[in-house]
Amino acid sequence: MLFTALMLGISALNVSAQQPPPFQGVTLIGKYGGTDKLKIIVDPVKGANGDSIATIISRDLDYSDRFLVLSTSSAPVSNGPLNYALFTQLGVQGVVEATVMPSGWLRVELHDVNNKILLQKSDFPLPGSALGKDWRMALHGVSDSIEEWILGQRGIAQTRIAFHRDDRVWTVDSDGANVTAVTSKGKTPKWTPNGRALVYAILDGDASPIMLVDLATGAQKALTGGRSTQVQDFAPAVTPDGREVIFARSTPAGSDIYRVPVTGGEVRRLTSTRGKDSQSPTVSPDGLRFAFSSSRAGNVNVYVADADGSNVEVLTPGGTGEKLPDSPDWSPDGRFVAYQVGLGGYQQVMVVNVRDQTTRQVTEFGRNDDPSWAPDSRHIVVTSTRGGTGAQLWVVDTQTGKSRQLTRGSVARGSAWSPRLTGTP
Amino acid sequence: MPRLSRFAVLLVALPLAIGACKKKPPVVQAPATNPGPTTSAPVPGPTTNPPVTPPPAGPTAAEITARARAIMLETVYFEYDTDAIRADAQANLEKKLPILQLNAGLKFRIEGHCDDRGSDEYNISLGRRRAESVKRFLTDRGIDASRIETVSFGRERPAMQGDTEDARSKNRRDEFTITAGGTDIRMP
Repeated sequence: MLFTALMLGISALNVSAQQPPPFQGVTLIGKYGGTDKLKIIVDPVKGANGDSIATIISRDLDYSDRFLVLSTSSAPVSNGPLNYALFTQLGVQGVVEATVMPSGWLRVELHDVNNKILLQKSDFPLPGSALGKDWRMALHGVSDSIEEWILGQRGIAQTRIAFHRDDRVWTVDSDGANVTAVTSKGKTPKWTPNGRALVYAILDGDASPIMLVDLATGAQKALTGGRSTQVQDFAPAVTPDGREVIFARSTPAGSDIYRVPVTGGEVRRLTSTRGKDSQSPTVSPDGLRFAFSSSRAGNVNVYVADADGSNVEVLTPGGTGEKLPDSPDWSPDGRFVAYQVGLGGYQQVMVVNVRDQTTRQVTEFGRNDDPSWAPDSRHIVVTSTRGGTGAQLWVVDTQTGKSRQLTRGSVARGSAWSPRLTGTP
Repeated sequence: MPRLSRFAVLLVALPLAIGACKKKPPVVQAPATNPGPTTSAPVPGPTTNPPVTPPPAGPTAAEITARARAIMLETVYFEYDTDAIRADAQANLEKKLPILQLNAGLKFRIEGHCDDRGSDEYNISLGRRRAESVKRFLTDRGIDASRIETVSFGRERPAMQGDTEDARSKNRRDEFTITAGGTDIRMP
């Protein structure tokens, strides 16, 4: 019985990273050739909590940075079938119509204004109590489906960001709502690929094992056996197949990268930096390589190695002196590694193309570090001081530079963007 | 023979006999021996002398321990992005060393800290190196490694908030905590 439960537990954790399957239906952008930014409006939503629903969906679509979303209050009032002519006057190409059904489900339609037709329609369940965290996350899933109808690719609204604040681990919904404490102590959390658990570090000056917390039950487990201050395990990340945790271990001999099964067990060493340090591992989405930071050649720099630690190569070009390329994060589509450098005394976030090693700076104001990619491989969450009130999490669109503040209050750091949370509460 | 001649002989002989007796052998002084310790305290005399106050007592064991602890717990500081021991840090460690040598039961922990630059995780490694660097300084001079624990806090516990060089210089440090033998420490 225990063995069965254990095997089920292991298989629940072993789900591979899910890339969304290519959308088969007709998309709005397919009708428009996809050159200009589409203008979308969410009509006032009929039924209980309609205003909140319209606001949340509009905001999710706006946060995708891929459309122009007009305010719901500018929608022409109409009863009965959609008056396409009025919307054409408004200059929009797509209209979202939604109604809360008596069952509590949400009926959603996407209309193609120019061609005057209904493009897509579906009913979505909204579980849990209205405006509660499950209800909100399900609604974010609706927004992501609408984005899939428009663009052919799901949005990233149905996600959370994990982080640490006041030396404990928290999560926040992608729109900044529902800030929830997950553990009583912990730092630098990262997600398992199925979004059901977090691995994190302790680092409170005492024994510091790698921890895993189940988000549904809150149950915590130590994956490594750190029993003294002489062994501090930190910077954990989960492999894309969900089977292993790769992490850094600091001992009197220096820091190196190790791996351990996600259920705990045998710890195996991956790097031998011989008195210098290696830390901050991030695994490629195909699981074949990992990037990490290391001071093996003197100054810290970002390197790439094969999954077994062999074939170490420098990834970030020209990191010298106070530049210190560090904190790498591999994009879910495998093409980029985001990282931080010191520029003119301030940390900024850069993106390097893994294939040709060209780089791009994606932040500018304040101090920005510790990037983590969203599932769309386009948005990142960073720790930033640009708001002037101490370090907070900000979402940055690496394509346009647009940004928004995600957290407020006391300092938030060490963030990690979840995978799409489809099918998880 | 006439009577005068016998008397003349006596007169001549007498001063010769007196002159011979005047010569004394020279007195050889014995070599001076090292004087033993002399007490500086006045010997209490007869009751007619005024009363003598005793000398002030030395520091108590508690005061000595407090002084030794203060030296042991003094923080040492580092330059940016290095674990090299500065001259002022070395002077501090050289004060700690004799206390450690004298008190074999004294065990302690070195906590390595960093300023706010660089990544959180790189600073865990750097903090560890700073703690190990000081530990090595002491073990190279004979202190047993088992008496010294090291741990890193990275940039998580700044001594002073802010990104000014003033704050940063105060954050790049090793702090010390006594983990055993902290009561009744003797000073050299």
